[in-house]
Amino acid sequence: MSLSTQDVEKVARLARLAMTGEEIETARAQLNGIFDLIAEMQAVDTSGVEPMSHSQDLSQRLREDRVTESDQRDAFQRIAPQVEAGLYLVPKVIE
Amino acid sequence: MTWEIVIGLEVHSQLSTNTKIFSGASTAFGAEPNTQADAVSLALPGVLPVLNKGAVERAIKFGIATGAHIAPRSVFARKNYFYPDLPKGYQISQFDLPVVGNGQLVIQVPAQGKQPAYEKTVRITRAHLEEDAGKSLHEDFHGMTGIDLNRAGTPLLEIVSEPDMRSAAEAVAYAKALHTLVQWIGICDGNMQEGSFRCDVNVSVRKPGQPLGTRREIKNLNSFKFMQQAIDYEVQWQIDTIENGGTIQQATILFNPDTGETRAMRSKEDAHDYRYFPDPDLLPLEISEEWKQQIAATLPELPHTKQARYQEQGLSAYDASVLTSARALADFFEATLDEAPGQIKLCANWLIGEVSAQLNRDGLDIAQCPISAQQLGGLLKRIADNTVSNSGAKEVFRTMWTEGGDADALIEAKGLKQVSDTGAIEKIVDEILAANADKVAEYRSGKDKLFGFFVGQAMKASQGKANPAQLNEILKQKLAG
Repeated sequence: MSLSTQDVEKVARLARLAMTGEEIETARAQLNGIFDLIAEMQAVDTSGVEPMSHSQDLSQRLREDRVTESDQRDAFQRIAPQVEAGLYLVPKVIE
Repeated sequence: MTWEIVIGLEVHSQLSTNTKIFSGASTAFGAEPNTQADAVSLALPGVLPVLNKGAVERAIKFGIATGAHIAPRSVFARKNYFYPDLPKGYQISQFDLPVVGNGQLVIQVPAQGKQPAYEKTVRITRAHLEEDAGKSLHEDFHGMTGIDLNRAGTPLLEIVSEPDMRSAAEAVAYAKALHTLVQWIGICDGNMQEGSFRCDVNVSVRKPGQPLGTRREIKNLNSFKFMQQAIDYEVQWQIDTIENGGTIQQATILFNPDTGETRAMRSKEDAHDYRYFPDPDLLPLEISEEWKQQIAATLPELPHTKQARYQEQGLSAYDASVLTSARALADFFEATLDEAPGQIKLCANWLIGEVSAQLNRDGLDIAQCPISAQQLGGLLKRIADNTVSNSGAKEVFRTMWTEGGDADALIEAKGLKQVSDTGAIEKIVDEILAANADKVAEYRSGKDKLFGFFVGQAMKASQGKANPAQLNEILKQKLAG
């Protein structure tokens, strides 16, 4: 599989990355290198192997449903660019 | 040829945990903005999610209650998109390995016009755990949007049905049955105004026998009435569009309750390119058979089972379905029946009739009923054993409602105790017949209608207290001569 420039541009847009034409070409070459590795791995016979979803062979630890966090709004909002009436303000996003 | 309507639902049910799905911040509704937005909800650098056991337990309960497969191993995935009410840039959800799969829900579709009520089984494709987003407030911030992240991280169970519904009535019946069930098993408070139970409805139309048509998804319906209206409007719109030579484009649409119309949201480019992948911050969730058994043992009798049992005990399908529409109502009914054993029909009639009507008038729900099940059962027991007539019982009921008190004392105080002593009734009847010898003769010569006259006279003489069934029987005997 080989990625086109358009593919890279699309992924960059989805990830909100601003990239120059030169950076896109570099990324395209690097990503294609990764796809070559994937192609090599896909040649391995994995029938009978359960797909891995995590690198550690452990299961999720669970937390008791008890409130442990207190209100730290003032501390958190001190580093926010703009707040009002307890809300974080961001550029208007309505459609 | 008519059109066939095809509907599937996705319901976001907020789980009734104390804390968020991945952190120990409170989920209480109505707090001041961002006071429950902890470091995890805000996605501050370096934080890690830790899964809430209470959320998993609720998902397991739902799986058991719908006869579903509960995955021994399920996986959390990142659903990537950018929006300010989702500070991480992704929502933690489940994708190809959800916690619950292949369930079903039996629904009762009410009668409509000439079509009688019927039962239907709707298949549930899957139910998966995920986190809710925050809230965006678009007004009053000088061209800015205000973000409240209290809701961010609240646990949701997204319940996805198969496209099994064939009318708006079926879709509403399914949504209502699901709404009843999640409250019944105690996993969701069901408060639709507060957004605890939100429905997305996928609608398409086709000619019967044809492949599925293109669907449009009506987002975020938070009332059953709006759901009905939105589907009705959308179906007509799709049929008109196709019949006028147009085609349906897949779209996400919103329902406007003020105009009763649906309209497409401006579709964002790439909006559905979520690039799911397993979340490396979370290990696979494992659910043991033992844990499932423990949870199964805590589940109450389910609405559908209860309904079937009531019908076996002699109630109509309608009565049984009304009484199992909410757990509090079914509990009240059974407690009433405990007081008046064997009187299932009488208890059902009074709960669905007198009690419900009075609750409606007073704007109360069953949990706020001023009369306890014990009080009501005590009264119904006295109807059953003929101590009080039905109309006398209604009088007692009205007093009980406003002033309280127990049935026996009120019957006594109001002098409503029926005369069931055969000798006493016979005496009254004898006197009436003696005083109306001419009418007796007329009756015996064939004027049957006069029977009512004798009943009236005897009742009057007993000051309305004679047991009507006994009085009828004695009168018939004596008049027969």
